[in-house]
Amino acid sequence: MDYLTGIQKAFTGVTTTLEITVFAVILGVALGLLVALMKMSKLKVLRAIGSVYVEILRGTPLLVQALIWYNGVPALIQGFGIDFTWRGTGVLVGIIACGINSSAYVAEIIRAGLQAVDQGQTEAARSLGLTQGKTMRYVIIPQAIRIILPAMGNEFITLIKETAVLSVIAIEEITRKGVLWASMGYKFWEAYIGVAIVYLCLTIPLSRVVACAERRMAVSDRRS
Amino acid sequence: MIDVVDLHKSFGDLQVLRGITETIKDGEVVCVVGPSGSGKSTFLRCLNLLEEPTSGKIILDGEQINEKGVDLNKVRQKLGMVFQNFNLFPHMTTLDNVTLAPVQTGTMSKEDAEKTAKELLARVGLSDKVDVYPPSLSGGQKQRAAIARALAMDPEIMLFDEPTSALDPEMVGEVLDVMKNLAEGGMTMVIVTHEMGFAREVADRILFIDEGVVVEQGSPTEIFDHTKSQRAKDFFSKVL
Repeated sequence: MDYLTGIQKAFTGVTTTLEITVFAVILGVALGLLVALMKMSKLKVLRAIGSVYVEILRGTPLLVQALIWYNGVPALIQGFGIDFTWRGTGVLVGIIACGINSSAYVAEIIRAGLQAVDQGQTEAARSLGLTQGKTMRYVIIPQAIRIILPAMGNEFITLIKETAVLSVIAIEEITRKGVLWASMGYKFWEAYIGVAIVYLCLTIPLSRVVACAERRMAVSDRRS
Repeated sequence: MIDVVDLHKSFGDLQVLRGITETIKDGEVVCVVGPSGSGKSTFLRCLNLLEEPTSGKIILDGEQINEKGVDLNKVRQKLGMVFQNFNLFPHMTTLDNVTLAPVQTGTMSKEDAEKTAKELLARVGLSDKVDVYPPSLSGGQKQRAAIARALAMDPEIMLFDEPTSALDPEMVGEVLDVMKNLAEGGMTMVIVTHEMGFAREVADRILFIDEGVVVEQGSPTEIFDHTKSQRAKDFFSKVL
């Protein structure tokens, strides 16, 4: 019975975990697209900024980034004499921390996808008199999307698991729910097994969906 | 039609073109031959500014096109290009490959573009491949579709960059036939090729390029039968 309770307790965190993940992915894609374009820019300054951004976010642990956002940033702002706390907006901090972290990986996914399209495609489109923008829209992006989409699906699944880190900044997502229940009744084994099972219930079906999408993309590649 | 004046192109320290001055006249078919790495493809790619010349002038219809402020997209609409590796858009049907540019550059309505595309595809013998995606075409069919795609913009000049070099030998003929028809129809063409037989038959003029300069140029008879330079003699002795 304790196992079932463990799963139930962990399950109460699912909405928070999914809420953070979905909005973090949206934020991550928006910022990631911007950073990818910066990294492919003709301007050296933009490329440099993009690279530094990606390096910093990929080179530091998400846990540390979450702590900086949750504890560090308010302390910094308070240092200027402004009264500021994240009180009551823990989920928002989670979305910011995970979304910005994810944007670095998304940027690389998008850049790799766009650059995987043969240079000859751009040359052919430009030689016909299409503008840079129309070349992107009608020739490059439709081909890159087949590479990008499955990778984005995997990024989404990764992010579901990564949000567990947010349990240390008191966001009551799946892991935090398990931690709280475990420490109440010392049922550590049942609690954390419950947490693991709830994550698997999310990630296994999603990886199936991604794998299926990957296969369909591959089939349409062969057709075309 | 195109005047090239003292064209230089370097990639880093590597000087690929070292001063080419040439005039390509209206209706003329010019074949560019020479050893690999001699700069012939770079020369061709400079004509529609896929490569930006390091120095020198490209003048099209009296207007210098390698200058700041020139609308390159407008210029390129006058210069059709056919690539060694076809570069068809694999995610579009053959028909959409041909209609994309006329529709998106606003030179034709969708209906007109489709009508023109079907005529062009018929002209290159691909009427039955209109709704097929490029990866299921043979090499020869791909290149013929690519020629139709370039013709759809109704260019003044067609540039061919080794159009048969990536083809299986049995498919070379069908592509050369299409090009021959084009030439007979009065199209101005610049063709980088290794097909010496074709060059002899179709070209009004041959440019022999080596080490980034035009070593020798003239009619096919002058170039092939009365070769003057030692470098050209050496080259033809290997390929003919």
